Amino acid sequence: MEKLLEIKDLYVNYNTDESVVHALNGFSLDIYKGETLGLVGETGAGKTTMCLSVLRLLPEQVGEIVSGEIKYRDLDILKASNDQMRELRGAEVSMIFQDPMTSLNPIMTVGDQIKEVLDLHYPKMDEREKGKRVDDILSLVGIMPERKDQYPHQFSGGMKQRVVIAMALVSEPKLMLADEPTTALDVTIQAQILALMKELKVKFDSAMVLVTHDLGIVAKFCDSVAVTYAGAIEESGTIEQVFTRKENHPYTTGLFHCIPDLTSKAPRLTPIPGYMPDPRSLPKGCKFADRCTKCKDKCREMEPHMHEVEPGHFIKCWFSSEGSEEK
Amino acid sequence: MNAETNAASLRKEGKKRKKGQIHMIVLRFRKNKLAMIGLFVLVILMVTCLSAPLWLNYRLVTRQKIVDAYQAPSSAHLFGTDQFGRDLFARIIYGGQISLFAGLITVFIAFLLGVALGGAAGYFGGTVDNVIMRFCDILMSVPGVLLSMCIVAALGQGLVKMLIALSVAQIPRQARTVRAAVMTLRGQEFVEAARSCGSSNTRILLRHMLPNVLGPIIIGVMQGLGGTILSIASLGFLGIGIAPPTPEWGTIISENQNSLMYYPYLGIIPGLFIVVAVLSLNFIGDGLRDALDPKQKN
Repeated sequence: MEKLLEIKDLYVNYNTDESVVHALNGFSLDIYKGETLGLVGETGAGKTTMCLSVLRLLPEQVGEIVSGEIKYRDLDILKASNDQMRELRGAEVSMIFQDPMTSLNPIMTVGDQIKEVLDLHYPKMDEREKGKRVDDILSLVGIMPERKDQYPHQFSGGMKQRVVIAMALVSEPKLMLADEPTTALDVTIQAQILALMKELKVKFDSAMVLVTHDLGIVAKFCDSVAVTYAGAIEESGTIEQVFTRKENHPYTTGLFHCIPDLTSKAPRLTPIPGYMPDPRSLPKGCKFADRCTKCKDKCREMEPHMHEVEPGHFIKCWFSSEGSEEK
Repeated sequence: MNAETNAASLRKEGKKRKKGQIHMIVLRFRKNKLAMIGLFVLVILMVTCLSAPLWLNYRLVTRQKIVDAYQAPSSAHLFGTDQFGRDLFARIIYGGQISLFAGLITVFIAFLLGVALGGAAGYFGGTVDNVIMRFCDILMSVPGVLLSMCIVAALGQGLVKMLIALSVAQIPRQARTVRAAVMTLRGQEFVEAARSCGSSNTRILLRHMLPNVLGPIIIGVMQGLGGTILSIASLGFLGIGIAPPTPEWGTIISENQNSLMYYPYLGIIPGLFIVVAVLSLNFIGDGLRDALDPKQKN
């Protein structure tokens, strides 16, 4: 399979006046053509930062990519010129934002907003063709093309998210970064929107990174999953490998315990105690050590490496089967 | 069946909308009675003043006839005459040319520069913002009329110089309004979304931000226009605006200040013109702001 995006050992800091926030700490991820990858983790684990880094849209003067490498196909994103980046954004890689209520320009008609992507990337396309593409994509996301002359405030939340998706897809990008696309929507609409995204993804043969907190969504819509914690991947693998629970990172196990299970008799869910380490001063060893049930002295001293427990299934823990054999 | 008719009506509506957002804006503007009255009055004022050379001899403005001095309004002299026997009606109509159009030009210059400076300051932030806004602070620390007076004093009297002076005094206020509006927009997700689609900075500023801040800008411009007409009048009243005998509303009041006690119409009539023009502008500004916002109910 062709590798589309490669993130290698990425470190990103947010420099504020008072302190330095370590948002990504050695984040590595590969995305292949046509793959749907679920990126799970708590708030503040660096999921959004990762998406913004890929498009180089980190807040100026604050966000800083310290080291690492991001490669989209043959393009080195960290070294690309601003013009190259502008061509990439929206055309090759597009992003779907969390809140459809605020991610549309309130005083532009939705048709114009979708057409703008075409204006930017296909300046030579004639207006009729553009209009047709806008109509097509609107009917694909389930909005009557007749409504393209309406303004965002005339749409409901779920419809707005469809518009946002239409905007992201109109140029048929190879990679979609969906940053919690359904968090702001109610549950019934969530399933619709995700099903729609999956359908369109297949239609356009593009890859998708689906950022979410919801393991249920990952199980249903993704091919593979990566679990983030404190700015790094703790476990990654295909859905089958991770969700069979044969072997997991202690953090992933903790996450599974937080899902209500109808068959179990447990009166309460078991949350993971404690909080994520303060990203301004990270511990030396394993970042999860403080909340881990298996934690030993070694965990606090040295950070574990990624271990391949089975082909394609990686766990970053000293006590994974491969890891313990090594030591 | 129902859905079909629905779609058909939407299609029709869509076609109607196609005619233009401008059409919608005009419709919404027309609903606002005060704004329409303001527009009506202002248009009449402007047309009357502009067309004056066609139906009113300019000689009336300057012709002095001491025997006719201080005539009360009558059919011969619609607004009466001043201390030199000059016809007040002619002076006010010709004076309006300067008061209204100098105001427009001033505000237009201030608007362009204010949007450019304020937009850049708000959008880029940091050093750019600091340099521009500190410069504006310096200008703002001096009261507007005083600043204009200083500039006029330095450049000398004259219409063009007065325009420059008044524009400079207006710029900081415009820049400040635009900057504040742009700064609140900068953090909005749709701006980030536009960037993630590959929009350049200029495009984001012009296509996404400017239309969104148009409301506050228009209010600022209209108030500025009213204010500028008043400033021109004050400068004229202080004797450093338009040099007599060229008429201008403020200058007219100033020329007659010694006679106001006994011949109040010499102050009241030009004063009324100033008030009516400024009020109309404010009403139009309010109406425009509401009309430009698509969220307003039709």
